[in-house]
Amino acid sequence: MLIKKSNDIPSSEITDESVWNNRREFLKRLSAVTGAAAIGSVLPACVSAEPAPQAAAAKPASGKFDVDEPKTPEKDVTNFNNYYEFGQGKDEPGLNAGKFKTAPWTVRVDGVKKPATYALDDLLKLSTLEDRVYRMRCVEGWSMVIPWHGYALADIIKKLEPVPSAKFVEFRSIVAPDQMPGQRDPFIGLKWPYIEGLRLDEAMNPLAFFAVGVYGHKGPNQNGAPVRLVTPWKYGFKGVKAITTIRFVERAPRSTWMDQAPSEYGFYANVNPNVDHPRWSQATEKRLGGATSLFGALLANPQRKTLMFNGYSDQVASMYAGMDLKANY
Amino acid sequence: MSVPIRILKPLLFLLCLGPVGYLVYAVAFLPADAFGANPQSAVTDMMGDWTLRFVLITLAVTPLRKITGWNSAVRYRRMFGLFAFFYSFLHFLTYVWFTENFVVSDIVADVVKRPFITVGFLAFVLMIPLAITSTKKWISRIGGKRWQRLHQAIYITGILGVIHYIWRVKSDIERPLIYALLLALLLGFRLWHKLRRAPVLR
Repeated sequence: MLIKKSNDIPSSEITDESVWNNRREFLKRLSAVTGAAAIGSVLPACVSAEPAPQAAAAKPASGKFDVDEPKTPEKDVTNFNNYYEFGQGKDEPGLNAGKFKTAPWTVRVDGVKKPATYALDDLLKLSTLEDRVYRMRCVEGWSMVIPWHGYALADIIKKLEPVPSAKFVEFRSIVAPDQMPGQRDPFIGLKWPYIEGLRLDEAMNPLAFFAVGVYGHKGPNQNGAPVRLVTPWKYGFKGVKAITTIRFVERAPRSTWMDQAPSEYGFYANVNPNVDHPRWSQATEKRLGGATSLFGALLANPQRKTLMFNGYSDQVASMYAGMDLKANY
Repeated sequence: MSVPIRILKPLLFLLCLGPVGYLVYAVAFLPADAFGANPQSAVTDMMGDWTLRFVLITLAVTPLRKITGWNSAVRYRRMFGLFAFFYSFLHFLTYVWFTENFVVSDIVADVVKRPFITVGFLAFVLMIPLAITSTKKWISRIGGKRWQRLHQAIYITGILGVIHYIWRVKSDIERPLIYALLLALLLGFRLWHKLRRAPVLR
């Protein structure tokens, strides 16, 4: 991927949802005709395959949420992480998170019909396991394409039945300084637990995802195991990891990064090439991984244009209609 | 010092080339992920780091002389200063290449708009006249005293460089603070000496 020229994807080129649905329909008919496995077993398998060429009917198509761009290699996805609980360096989470204990794991859920502490498996059971290939755009100006393994958040929320007054949902990450060196490091200016939040309609958007792993399997810990949030139209820091608490609330939660630098990180944190970070531009980004040589990685990987809502405008733009996105960064 | 300058100087010169030599070696022999998933950023940072290190090394010569009495250390100072400029140029080059694709209008816009780039750029630009006037010929042309005052601009480069680093990071200020501390020590030493009415420092 690094050899080819930067390929910005105008939203016009993103496959329309109806086309995807048609393809699913086609596959369904195909399986009915051929007596092949039921569609449910065909689709998850597709994700681990390379992105299928548009017309290759023989090859399984990817799911309707999948981005048709080269995936960032697993070793890059799992060794280049921002997860300050395990250290500031991009390589530190991969080096330090191995022994992090992710089982047994419970999640406290409040602001719902029946507030309770769930065993993680019981919570996830409310949805179905699937794989989705999403773009990931970090607020620092780099991006990846990551195959997430997890659950649609909306399914879980629906079954939890938030109280009618709930307008927002707050997620809290674990506090475990004994296991997380970053939480013991006085030079990391963040407060723990790591807190993030979404408007309820954002959390219910079909794209919002609870990931338990990458590349078709659970884990690894440095990518947020045992469960993390993925909102691909927002900057990566919204993806709170190792979630222990979910609260449905009336007022917008104050997130960790809002607390750290309110002028730089807002509640929405939607990917927006037209609204710069106060200290750097967000107009372009660096797509990481996939080079076959260091030479290529250095000299044949120009900046690419950042897409509005990270290329997910069709799915999310309507949620922000009429909003001043400069003020609501 | 017992090692003669004609031996020590070439040795130090090669040592100073080490970072860029390692980069060449890495590109030739190491795998694609030798510098992690974002090698462009890693190399840009590496060059920035070495710029600050050589600025600090250059600024350490005078305190070293005062403390140890090894006065001929000054004969290596120009080389260190020029290496600081060399690495700052590579830092600037990697930035305009990897981050800006050499698009001049984008570079200008960023330098004007982004304070952390503005101060970094100023720190770099301030070194250009120092590099040009670093020869013996220029010292005699300008005059020793004035030349010295001109070259105190390296203090400002050091301060701007550290500010540039602090403003660049998101919240991990540990490393920039280490540079800030070292710079404060080196500049503080000069101030302390001056306040003691010591002879004019070089």
